[in-house]
Amino acid sequence: MKLSDGLFLECCRLVASQHPEIEFEELTVDNTCLQLVRNPARLDVMVMPNLYGDIVSDLCAGLIGGLGLTPSGNIGTEAAVFESVHGTAPDIAGQDKANPTALLLSAVMMLHHLDLHDHASAIEQSVFDTIADPACRTGDLGGSAGCSDFTNAICERVAKAMNK
Amino acid sequence: SQNPNRQTNPISSTAMLSRGCSSLLRARLGCLPRSSRGAWAGSSLLRAFSSSSSSSSSSSASSLAEMVDSQHNRRRGVPHHQVKPVVKRQKATLIRGDGIGPEVTHAVISAFVAMKAPVDWESFDLQSANEGKLSPQLIRSVRKNKFVLKGPLFTPMGHGHASPDVNLAREFGLFAHVVPVRLLEGVKTRHDDVDLVVIRENTEGEYTGLEHIVNDEVVQSVKIITEKASLRIAKFAFDYAVRNNRRKVTAVHKANIMKMADGLFLNSCRQVAAKYKDVVEFDEVIIDNCCMQLVTKPEQFDVMVTGNLYGNIVSESAAGLAGGVALVPGFNEGTDGIRVYEQGPRHIGMDIAGRRLANPTSFLLASAMMLRDMQLGPWADTLENAVYKTIREQKVRTIDLDGNASTYEFTQAVVDNMELPVVAPDDMKVVLDFFN
Repeated sequence: MKLSDGLFLECCRLVASQHPEIEFEELTVDNTCLQLVRNPARLDVMVMPNLYGDIVSDLCAGLIGGLGLTPSGNIGTEAAVFESVHGTAPDIAGQDKANPTALLLSAVMMLHHLDLHDHASAIEQSVFDTIADPACRTGDLGGSAGCSDFTNAICERVAKAMNK
Repeated sequence: SQNPNRQTNPISSTAMLSRGCSSLLRARLGCLPRSSRGAWAGSSLLRAFSSSSSSSSSSSASSLAEMVDSQHNRRRGVPHHQVKPVVKRQKATLIRGDGIGPEVTHAVISAFVAMKAPVDWESFDLQSANEGKLSPQLIRSVRKNKFVLKGPLFTPMGHGHASPDVNLAREFGLFAHVVPVRLLEGVKTRHDDVDLVVIRENTEGEYTGLEHIVNDEVVQSVKIITEKASLRIAKFAFDYAVRNNRRKVTAVHKANIMKMADGLFLNSCRQVAAKYKDVVEFDEVIIDNCCMQLVTKPEQFDVMVTGNLYGNIVSESAAGLAGGVALVPGFNEGTDGIRVYEQGPRHIGMDIAGRRLANPTSFLLASAMMLRDMQLGPWADTLENAVYKTIREQKVRTIDLDGNASTYEFTQAVVDNMELPVVAPDDMKVVLDFFN
C-alpha cells in the first residue's frame, strides 16, 4: 500500500531522524508477525497503524499467556484511558476466581503516565513476583488461589517493597 | 529419434535400437532381458512373439494391446501401433526470481535431474530490472505449459513499480494462494501439532493498488471486496477441503469493523458453507483473535479461508509456528488450470541472497506438489520422502534450522536420500517403438 502505508512510513522516518539515539527499523506487517512468532526478543517498541496494531497486539498477547495478563492504555490529547482488553467472563463473575493481573498492570501503566514511577514499579514487580510463585496463582494460570488471595499476596509484597 | 532436451545421459539412436534389438532377440530365444527395471518386459515379450508368429495380425495386435493395457492400465481398445509410452516428458515454466531465487530454483533443477523426472524447463528471469512486467514470451510459455515454478520476486516499498506477484496474479487470474502449513518431523518448535492450510483470496481486498492523495497530509486507500471473488475463493476452499479429506473450514475476517466489505466476504463464505454442511464443518474467527489462537492453540485450525491481507499475515504467522517460511510450500491456482508453485509465504531473503545459505525445502516441496499435479506421482513421492527424511534425520541442516550446511549440501543430502522410482520411460519407449 505504497501511498497510505508509504505516508505512514515517511512520517515514522521523519520522527526517527529527530531521535538518532534510538534505533529505528522498518518491517512489513506479515514479516513482523513471522518475527514475533519465531524470535519475539528481537522486537522492542513497535509503532503501526490501526488495523495492524489490532492484529499484532493480540498476537503478542497470545505469546505471553493471553489477554488475562495483558495491560493496555489509550492515550489521548485530553485524557488517557487504561483498560484490560479481555472479555467480561460472565461464567466466573462474582466468584472470587478472576485473575486481576491485566487490570492491575493497566493501573501500573496509569501510574507511570502520572509520573508516579516508584509506586508503579513497586506494584509491577510485586505482581511479577506473585505470578512467579506457584502457591499464589489463580485458576487460569494453573493454580488454585482466589482473586483475593492473589491480591493479598501482591499487597504484602508491595508493603515490603515500600517499607524498604 | 532423440529428443534434444533429454536430461538423461546422451545415448545414440543406434545404441538404443540395438539395445531394443538384443532384448527382442533374447525374448525370441526364450531368455529374460538384461534390464531388471520394466519388469513387464520379460514374459510379456515372450508372449508377444509367440502370438505374433501365429495366425492373423489382427489377433496378435489385439493380444499385444491387451498385454500392454493390462500391464500399464492405459487406454483400452487402442491399436498397438498407437500405444504411447507410459510416461511422456512434460514442459514446465521456471521463473528464477530475485534474492535467493536463483539458488533455490537451481536446487529444484538438480533434484529433478537426479531422479530423472521427465520435466523440461522453460526458464525466464522476471526480475525487478524489468519493473516487474511480464514479457510476451513468458506469458506464452505459462499459458502453454500451465505449470510454473517460481522463486521469490522483489517489490520495492512505498514507491516504485507494482509488485510482480500482483502482475502475475492479474495476468493469469491467480485467484487462490494456497499455503499448507504442516510441522515436519525433526523440526523443533513450541507447538507439536500444526497442520493447517491457509487459502488466501489473491486478486482483490487491500491489494487493489487503488490509492488516492486527498491532499498533502491525507491519503485514501480503497479496499474492494466483490461477491464473485468471495464466492469463488469460498468454493475453492470447500472443494479443497473435500478433495484433501479436511474436516473444517474457518473464515477469517474483521466484519465487526469493516461491516460491509468483510461482511460481504463472510456472508459469501456462509452461503457456500451451507451447501457443504453435511460434509465439511464451518466456523468463523476475527483476524485478531485468530492470530492469538494461532500462537496459543494452532491445532484447532484446519483449512482457513481469508481475504488478501489477512491471508498474508496468517500464512506467515503459521509458517513461523512450523519452523519458518523456508519449510512451507505453496501454490497459486489460476483460471484455465494454470498453477504457480513457490514458497508458501513469499520472502525474498535479501539478507542471505547469493551466499548459498538458503534452505530450499519449501521450493523442493512445492516442486513435488507440481509433479503430483502433473500426474508424475512416483517422482513427487520420491522427492517428498527424500526431503522429509533429510529433515527428520537432522544430520544436514541449513542455518535457519540451526545448522551450517549450504543450499548445495542440503540438496545433495536430499538427493542421497532419494529412493528412485521403478518407472523407466526411456527403456519402454525404445521397446514399444520396435513393435511399431
